[in-house]
Amino acid sequence: MKKSVFLGALTVAGLAAAAAAAGTVDDVKARGKLNCGVTTGLVGFAAPDANGEWNGFDVAVCRGVAAAVLGDPAAVEFVPTTGKTRFTALASGEIDMLARNTTWTFSRDVDLKFTFVGVNYYDGQGFMVPKDLGVSSAKELDGATVCIQTGTTTELNLADFFRSNNISYEPVPIETNAEAQQQYLAGACDVYTTDASGLAATRATFEDPAAHVLLPEIISKEPLGPLVRHGDNEWGDVVRWTLNALITAEELGVTSANIGEMAAGTNNPEINRLLGTEGTLGEMLGLDAEWAKRAIMAGGNYGEIFAKNIGEDTPIGLARGLNAQWTEGGLLYSPPFR
Amino acid sequence: MTTITDPPRQSFQLSMLLNDTRYRSFTFQAIALILLIVAIAYLASNLARNLEQAGLNISYEFLRNPAGYDINQTLIPYDSQSSNLQAAWVGILNTLLVAFLACITATVLGVVAGVLRLSNNWLVSKLMSFYVEIFRNIPVLIWIIIIFTIMTAVLPAPRAFRGDEPAASMLFGSFAFTNRGIYIPGPQLANPLFAATALNWVLVLLVLVGSSFGSRALSRWATAKQEATGLRPTTWYWTLAIWFVPVVVLLAIMGLSWEYPALKGFNFSGGIKIGGPLIALWFALSVYTGAFIAENVRAGIQAISKGQTEAAASLGLRPGRVMNLVVLPQALRVIIPPLISQYLNITKNSSLAIAVGYADITATLGGITLNQTGRAIECVLLLMLFYLTISLAISFVMNIYNNAVKLKER
Ligand SMILES: N[C@@H](CCC(=O)N[C@@H](CS)C(=O)NCC(=O)O)C(=O)O
Repeated sequence: MKKSVFLGALTVAGLAAAAAAAGTVDDVKARGKLNCGVTTGLVGFAAPDANGEWNGFDVAVCRGVAAAVLGDPAAVEFVPTTGKTRFTALASGEIDMLARNTTWTFSRDVDLKFTFVGVNYYDGQGFMVPKDLGVSSAKELDGATVCIQTGTTTELNLADFFRSNNISYEPVPIETNAEAQQQYLAGACDVYTTDASGLAATRATFEDPAAHVLLPEIISKEPLGPLVRHGDNEWGDVVRWTLNALITAEELGVTSANIGEMAAGTNNPEINRLLGTEGTLGEMLGLDAEWAKRAIMAGGNYGEIFAKNIGEDTPIGLARGLNAQWTEGGLLYSPPFR
Repeated sequence: MTTITDPPRQSFQLSMLLNDTRYRSFTFQAIALILLIVAIAYLASNLARNLEQAGLNISYEFLRNPAGYDINQTLIPYDSQSSNLQAAWVGILNTLLVAFLACITATVLGVVAGVLRLSNNWLVSKLMSFYVEIFRNIPVLIWIIIIFTIMTAVLPAPRAFRGDEPAASMLFGSFAFTNRGIYIPGPQLANPLFAATALNWVLVLLVLVGSSFGSRALSRWATAKQEATGLRPTTWYWTLAIWFVPVVVLLAIMGLSWEYPALKGFNFSGGIKIGGPLIALWFALSVYTGAFIAENVRAGIQAISKGQTEAAASLGLRPGRVMNLVVLPQALRVIIPPLISQYLNITKNSSLAIAVGYADITATLGGITLNQTGRAIECVLLLMLFYLTISLAISFVMNIYNNAVKLKER
């Protein structure tokens, strides 16, 4: 019995590593589907709607890549992952890329050997408490019971924050956002902490969102972005430049509404290079000339995706803040298409 | 005179390895062994090659690095700056704690339910069958989650105890039942004999062990007296004294007092906290495994021939004593071996702890540490080693016990 478990573990580990070899673009094309890892459900970022159709800010990145590589934004197999399972899923080759509000950190890049292709949301860790608790600052949380998602950076930041402020807390480790929400609402913990965007998205689904407040402290930097395995740079480039295409499209004013007209040719050479009417960028990437055009048409440019899923007109109501274009005082800055 | 000549010794031929039954089994065992070794070697080298290709290596260095996360139930000193190894120890102790508690309660529950299931009282025996069938046939993970969910939903949050007109209040002013756990008064020593708190309690335990030897000696003396004179001296007050006087005196010297839990800030503090996850896991493992043990006990009892019961009854023993003195001791022989595997099941099933956020070894080393360091293979190997060691240790101890109660052939 024990021996067979051991053999099983070895086999899985052996096979898993084998699957991680290069050639992901070809694999995806041969399969006709992109396997994209997303959350188990965080409305606004990635969640299935009533028809089972996945929607959200992170989902849009998957769809953009699928449109660029396969020509069909619907050709995506969404694989729900928890904070704990996501890296194994990616490392083992079960998914081709991960777009699951995952923080770019040194050790995930260098030690776990993943390539973060960019940042699609600049975030930070926040705290949410029920209003009637009467807490106005995270420093008043001494002795509180805190719900956290296990396997996240959140878990580590939390320990650091309480330690450096010399206050104590009791962690309640939880696997998914849905469970955390349930525990928090039942009062099994006083505070829920995760990325501020995630808190806003979670609160938007509450029956009475106004009864909960986000505390002013943001205790960490959480640059969230899509990632792929180390070792397949061609595939990394495809995902990286698809994300950059969405960002650049907003910067250059290319939207899903005017893209048809712009694809006929404009007098801005960068737009022409982006949309494939000039130069051979698509070919260099191993794709056709219209890859970026399709990616943008899948869900609009970065700004459109933001506004539709998590922007100020949605129940989640996030402001652009740090996630505005650099020209608007934000941090979004795509390298040039040249 | 007869001469017995040895049959002519046939010289060994290679074909005999297959054709001769004396050698055949060895041949096949050797082949199987070689195949197994080759298979393991192949998988191991495949693993090593693939790890190298992915630029990964096997290293246990991470065990010495700070863990960086906090744990909500720690039986030994631990904070977020402690090493991953220390976190693993915290997990190991938590696993052992819940397994130990669950083994005891499951055994009590199982023996009671198993005996009562054979009761002549229709209602009682049907109730027990109901218990056994319900709990045995629903996976233990579901039970853990059901119990935990009910607990968090039904019991009040600590917040409800606050204010002038609180929605909830403590039982007898000293027990608080909240959806985060149960808070009970805890013992406090005003003038402990040792600086390390644990040592004082070890001392108390040693005194109790001494008392148990004392009372055993007393009852041996009483039996000897009974055999000599036919009259058993009354000893119960002596037994009571042997059990209680030394401990009470020791505790009085150490200045025992009770610390009551009180609401302070967000949570209760003071006294002892039995966390919600521990309760849910303990309770679920107990009732689930208890149902299996009940069946083992029933089988054990039914394996004892009816003649034994009838003979005991005809000697004038009351039904309770027939069960305790005649049937159960014999039934133990049948009950113990499957009981061992139930104990192993409890220990292994305790790894479902993560479902309710209980910090056992699977949750610390195999969960957070694995995930934060990415050292999956190393952690899983350690986990396997741990569970294997614990299982073998339990089997070992229980086998000693089994040898003690099994039929003695003289
Ligand atoms: N950014 C952090 C935390 C990511 C995280 O777990 N986010 C939560 C809430 S914002 C989530 O996406 N949960 C969805 C789920 O449970 O699947 C990390 O990368 O470790």
